Amino acid sequence: MTAVAARGLMRRLPYLLPLALFVILAGYFWIGLGKDPHEIPSPLIDKPVAAFSLAALEGRERGFTSQDLIGQVSLVNVFGSWCVACRIEHPFLMQIRREGLVPIYGIDWREKDRQAGPLWLAQHGDPYALVGDDPDSHAAIAFGVTGAPETFIVDAKGIIRYKQVGPITAEVWEQTLWPIIRRLQAG
Amino acid sequence: MSVEVGHFALILALFVAILQGSLPMLGAARGNASWMAVADQAALAQFLLVAIAFGCLMHAYVVSDFSVLNVASNSHSAKPLLYKIAGTWGNHEGSMLLWGLILVIFGAAVAAFGRNLPPGLRARALGVQAWIAIGFYLFILFTSNPFERLDPPPIDGNGLNPLLQDPGLAFHPPFLYLGYVGFSMAFSFAVAALIEGRVDASWARWVRPWTLAAWTFLTCGIALGSWWAYYELGWGGWWFWDPVENASLLPWLSGTALLHSAIVVEKRDALKGWTVFLAIVTFSLSLLGTFLVRSGVLTSVHAFAVDPERGVFILALLIIVIGGSFALFAWRGPQLPAGGLFRPVSREGGLLLNNLLLSTAAAAVLLGTLYPLLLEATTGDKVSVGAPFFNAVFLPLMAPLVAAMAIGPLLPWKRGDLGAALARLWLAALAAAGAVFLGWAVYDGRSAMGLLGFALAAWLFIGTLTDLARRIELHAVSPRTSLRRALGLPRAAWGMTLAHAGLAVAIAGMTASSVWKEERVQVMRVGDQVTIGGYAVTFAGAGTQPGPNYDALVGQFAIARPNGSPLAVLTAEKRYYPVENQDTTEAAIRSTVAGDLYAVIGEPQADGGYVTRLYFEPLVPWIWGGVGLMVLGGVVSLTDRRHRVGAPVRQRGRQPVAAGAGAE
Repeated sequence: MTAVAARGLMRRLPYLLPLALFVILAGYFWIGLGKDPHEIPSPLIDKPVAAFSLAALEGRERGFTSQDLIGQVSLVNVFGSWCVACRIEHPFLMQIRREGLVPIYGIDWREKDRQAGPLWLAQHGDPYALVGDDPDSHAAIAFGVTGAPETFIVDAKGIIRYKQVGPITAEVWEQTLWPIIRRLQAG
Repeated sequence: MSVEVGHFALILALFVAILQGSLPMLGAARGNASWMAVADQAALAQFLLVAIAFGCLMHAYVVSDFSVLNVASNSHSAKPLLYKIAGTWGNHEGSMLLWGLILVIFGAAVAAFGRNLPPGLRARALGVQAWIAIGFYLFILFTSNPFERLDPPPIDGNGLNPLLQDPGLAFHPPFLYLGYVGFSMAFSFAVAALIEGRVDASWARWVRPWTLAAWTFLTCGIALGSWWAYYELGWGGWWFWDPVENASLLPWLSGTALLHSAIVVEKRDALKGWTVFLAIVTFSLSLLGTFLVRSGVLTSVHAFAVDPERGVFILALLIIVIGGSFALFAWRGPQLPAGGLFRPVSREGGLLLNNLLLSTAAAAVLLGTLYPLLLEATTGDKVSVGAPFFNAVFLPLMAPLVAAMAIGPLLPWKRGDLGAALARLWLAALAAAGAVFLGWAVYDGRSAMGLLGFALAAWLFIGTLTDLARRIELHAVSPRTSLRRALGLPRAAWGMTLAHAGLAVAIAGMTASSVWKEERVQVMRVGDQVTIGGYAVTFAGAGTQPGPNYDALVGQFAIARPNGSPLAVLTAEKRYYPVENQDTTEAAIRSTVAGDLYAVIGEPQADGGYVTRLYFEPLVPWIWGGVGLMVLGGVVSLTDRRHRVGAPVRQRGRQPVAAGAGAE
C-alpha cells in the first residue's frame, strides 16, 4: 500500500467507525429479538425436587410430599388466597382438571390464616389432586419459587422440567406447557 | 366518519410519500425545478391525509366505537372524555399513528415556511423525510393497523391502563414525539447535505431552529414524564434510569450536543462532519428508543407493546435508516471540506468540550441500557443495570460539563484567555462557596456529592448571570443604557441565559432531592403522628369513596408545624379500577420552595391501621422550575428573528448596538 493510500484510509477511518459499530449493534439486536426478556431462568431446572413434606389443609386428611410426584408427569401450582393473579388463572386450572390431561398438585403458599386456603378453594373450586399447606415456604424453597402464581412441570422421575412465572393463560398452555407435558408423557 | 376512511387516507399517504421520496430527489439531481416543486405539494398532501387518518381514529375513540379493535381493547365508555381522546395515542398502534402525524406536520412546515431554502436542499430534505414516512406507514399498515374492525363488537371496552389516566401522562407522549420526530428534520437536512456534498454556515442556520424546536419539545416531554412518575407511581422518585427513560434521555444528550455544535458550524464554519454525524446519531437514537420500547428486546416498567414480529420490522427499518445514513456518511463525509481552525481555549473549544462530554455521557448511558442485551446475547446471563452504574458514570461527566458551562460563554471565538474568563467568575466562585456552606448548615446528612452539586449549581447560575452582566455592560455604563442593551440583546442570547440558569436551578433540585431525601414507612392508626422534614404529620383516618370509573381509598393527613400550629390537611388516594382490575396511587403532595412533603396511603391492616409512606423531598419543585426555565429559554430563542425561517439572514459578527436597534 502506498503512503498516499494509507493516509486516505486513515482519513476515512473515523467516518467508517459509526457504520462498523452500528453493524455490530444490529447483530446483537437480531440475536436479542429471538429471546424473551420476561423469561427468568431457574437454577433448579433439570434438577430433582428437594424432598419436602407439607401438612394437609385444615379439614383434610392428606397433605402433599415430594414422593407424590414420582411415577407420572405432573403440574405443581403455587397459589395463595392473598394472590390476585391466582384468581385469574384459577378457572383455567379447573378446566385442565375437568379435561383430566395432567394431575395438578397445589402448594398453598404463605397463608397467614389457616382457614383462608380451604375457604378459597371451597369458593372457587378445587382443581388439585393434592394440596399442601406451606406457610413457612418449605416446598416453595425446594422449587425456587419467586412469587405466586408459579407453575412447575415435574417429570415422572421427580425432576423439575419447566417453570412458568405468572398466571397460566390459554396461550401459555397451548404454546408452551402442553407441548412439554405431551413430550414428557410420551416418554 | 368511519375508520375505513382513515385507513384509506393512510394508504393514500403512503403512495404520496413514495412520490415525494422519488421525483423531487431525481429533480434535484437533474436540476429539474418542476420535479423538485412536487415535494412541497406532496408534503402538504401527506399532512392532510394523515390528519384525516388520525382524526378518524380519534373520532372512533370519542364516540366509543367498539367495533374498532383498537378502541375496544384500549377504551371504555365510562371513561372521562379527556382520557378517551388521550386513549387515541395511549396504545401502540395509535401512538405510531401520532408519530406519523407529527412527522408530516414537520414536513408540511418545511414546505410552508421553508420558501427561501435553496430549492435543491429543500427538495432533498423533504425527499429524505418521505423515506422515513414510507417506513412508518408500512410499519403501521402491516404490523400495527389501528383501523382493524372487530366482529361482533363487544358491549364495552377493556379500558385504558389506569396508570395512564392522568393529565401528566396524557400529554407526555405528544411532547416526547414532537421531540423525537423533530430531530428527523436535522437528520433529513444532514442526509440531504451529504448527498449534495455541501455543509456550510447557511445549512447550519436552517438546521438550528428545527433542532432547537425538537430539543424544546423533548425537554418538555421528558419533564412531563418524570413529573408523572414522581406523583403517580408513588415511589417519591423522579428518575429511575429505566430503559424507557434512558431512551428519551439519549436523543436529548446528543440533541443538546448538536444544538451547540451547529452554532460552531454557523459562526465559524468548523466541526462540519461532526455536526452532520450528530444529526444522524440524534435521530437514530430517537428511532432506537422506539425500538427498545416496542420490540421486546429490553424489559421495562412501562413498555406497553411487546411483540417480536414488530421487532423484526423495526429492526429492518433501523438498519435501513441508521445503517444507510452511516454508510452515506462513511462515503461522503471525508469529502466535506475542513473548516476554520481554532485554539483549544476559545468559544469553539468550549463548545467542543461540551460536545465531547455530552456524547461520552450519551455513549455511557447507551452502553448501560444495552449491556443486559449484549451480555445475554454473548453469554446467556441475565443482568440488570441499575442506578448505581448510571450515577457512577453519568455524574462524573456532568460535573466538569457544568463547571465549563459557566466559563465557555465568557470566552471569545478563535482564541481566548482562560485566566481572564476565570477572573470574571470571582462572584460565581464566592456563590459556590456560599452554597456549600448553606448545604452544610441546612441539611443533616453530610454528603460530599450533595455539597459538590450545590457548588456547581451556584457556580453555573451566577456564572450565567455574570455573562449576561458582561453583555449588557452592567456597572460599566449607566443603568438606563444597560437596560436598553438588555432589551436589545438577541433573543438567542436570552434563550441561552434562561436555559443555562434553568439547568443550574434544576441541578440544585436534583442534588438535594437525591441526597437529602427523608423517608418514613410505617403502619399508622388514627391519631398517630410522625415528624418528617420539619412537619408533624398526623393520620386523620381513611375511608372509601367512589370516583367516575374507580373506587378510591382516601386517607387524610393533618399537617402541622412541630410546635403544633396546623397548616393543612392532605388527601392521598389509592384508586381501584374495576374494569382493568388495577390499582393506582395518588400521592398527596404539599409543595413549598424548601421541598415537597409527599404522603402515600397503602394497604389496610388487620388491626385497623394503614400502611403509610411519608417522604420529604427537598427542593423538588426547583427541578420543575429549572426545566421550565430551560423550555422557556428554548422558546425565547426560537423567536429570535435570525432563527425565523424565511427571515432575511445576513448578520456577520456581533454588533450589539446595531442588533439592539434591529430587535425592537
